[in-house]
Amino acid sequence: MNTRTQPKLARLSDALATYEPVIGLEVHVELGTNTKMFCGCPTTFGGSPNSQVCPVCLGLPGSLPVVNRTAIESTIRMGLALNCTIVPWCRFARKNYFYPDMPKDYQISQYDEPICVDGYLDVDVPTDDGVTTVRVEIERVHMEEDTGKLTHAGGAGRIQGADYSLVDYNRAGIPLVEIVTKPVTGTGGLAPAVGRAYVSELRDIMRTLGVSDVRMEEGSLRCDANLSLSRSGEPWGTRTETKNVNSLRSVERALTYEIRRQAAILGAGGSIKQETRHFHEDDGTTTPGRSKEEAEDYRYFPEPDLMPVAPDPAWVEELRATLPEPPSVRRKRLQQEWGISDHDMQSVINAGAVELVELTVAAGVDQASARKWWLGEFSRHANENDMELTDLAVTPAQIADVESLIVEGTLNDKLARQVFEGVLAGEGEPSDVIKKRGLALVSDDSALVGAIDEAIAAMPDVVDKIKGGKVQAAGAIIGQVMKATRGQADAARVRELLLEKLEVS
Amino acid sequence: MSGITRDEVAHLAKLARLDLTDDELDRYSAQIDQILDAVAKVAEVADKDVAATSHPVVMENVFRDDVVTPGLSAQEALAMAPAREGDRFRVPRILDEE
Repeated sequence: MNTRTQPKLARLSDALATYEPVIGLEVHVELGTNTKMFCGCPTTFGGSPNSQVCPVCLGLPGSLPVVNRTAIESTIRMGLALNCTIVPWCRFARKNYFYPDMPKDYQISQYDEPICVDGYLDVDVPTDDGVTTVRVEIERVHMEEDTGKLTHAGGAGRIQGADYSLVDYNRAGIPLVEIVTKPVTGTGGLAPAVGRAYVSELRDIMRTLGVSDVRMEEGSLRCDANLSLSRSGEPWGTRTETKNVNSLRSVERALTYEIRRQAAILGAGGSIKQETRHFHEDDGTTTPGRSKEEAEDYRYFPEPDLMPVAPDPAWVEELRATLPEPPSVRRKRLQQEWGISDHDMQSVINAGAVELVELTVAAGVDQASARKWWLGEFSRHANENDMELTDLAVTPAQIADVESLIVEGTLNDKLARQVFEGVLAGEGEPSDVIKKRGLALVSDDSALVGAIDEAIAAMPDVVDKIKGGKVQAAGAIIGQVMKATRGQADAARVRELLLEKLEVS
Repeated sequence: MSGITRDEVAHLAKLARLDLTDDELDRYSAQIDQILDAVAKVAEVADKDVAATSHPVVMENVFRDDVVTPGLSAQEALAMAPAREGDRFRVPRILDEE
């Protein structure tokens, strides 16, 4: 798969028997504002290269940035949702570095004066003995701007060995919020799962707040994972920072890998180098990035082109009043409303279907059926097509339509699945798919009677058995009728008609 | 009293991608030292009751509405670039071969 040389890895259980992991997570969230952080360029994803730029985000001489009010409001709401203190006064700072992803040669960020500080997030971590809640403390939430997108030419598309690079600045200047945790200690072997659960919970909160579409695959939520090991009672070890950890599963894998890698080095008497490492999705390994010894000197100073931000307490309270029900509270409420077990609820959560099931129930479908469709048929379809459940072309209203047809006997489960297959394939509303594919159950008795007569004639021995009292043998004839009607007969009705005809009941 | 060292100036020059000769380093170290001395006089005059400022105009909360405004077309943006390829800016190799 690749030619990376593999370092020695300790067994996870051995590593955890000797060392205590400390993790820290830095999560970047791209805000879903209409415009960039400091200029009026649109933030739409997927535009043609350099079609969403202006003198400000290109860093042209004489241009001046102005802060996007909605971006500030979103950041304050995020801070409040994470139980942070909103500071009364803060500033932006220049982070100076030479790299072509920022045309100004600096990034506007916040340094020692972040807008939100000292929060926490309680996350539910699934374990072998049920769910345990871990409090992850938040150090800070700060605002900055995203960078441009580099494409490397030559050298297999990687920066190492590339001949030159190409830059698209559409993304440069999109509002970015960075959420930094305090070191999370004392979680032992759960550390990788805690990391995953934290990012998952954060994603749910951002989605509920409506501040970002938080699509990890499109880069609107990105995660860097820090990890160090120490023997219990001793000072924390040297940490590594793994970049590009861009799926929930990757968070867990990257942390697990670093535990095993660092434990092997420490176990052999070596020492950990403080460095940035890159995570590789294909084999779950990390490799060292550039040494940052010199690059770390960013010469931050207060951004002279921007005025300080001083959120008025009344404004903050106004924003607090807009906070929706936190996802964790909502999950507990829904579990109670649906009356399902912890295990069943966890399945809904793991499938990422909480909101979809909720909306489907609100559309009039009973909770068991709503869960069945989202966790069964739809999850399978999403997996096969590498999509998110939320991206499927099926609506709660359509599920309600199909369910009512099942209840009234026009469809059975098998046909309903075919209806959804059509809906997902873009063949229109359920009623269109039923018409086009001819999927309604045959409820016309005369059509059924013909098929039943044929089956009776074809299986005289079965008929004798039924007449002799073995009613369960009717299954063979019913099966034959279902086959003849291509599954579109109502099996219960066929059975009724058959037994009537044979004068058994 | 500020006393910036020649090594610090060399470090700054490196961060700023300036390739200074030994002569230039000597000259600029002395000049920067003088500038820092001059600025340090502010600290002698300004008492503790004068807060450090980063901007001459005292204003806060200057915001704009989140409304799209016209920018540059890709053609206009790229017309200023020393090199381009398609609709992207072309830049020299970023990392030297290790």
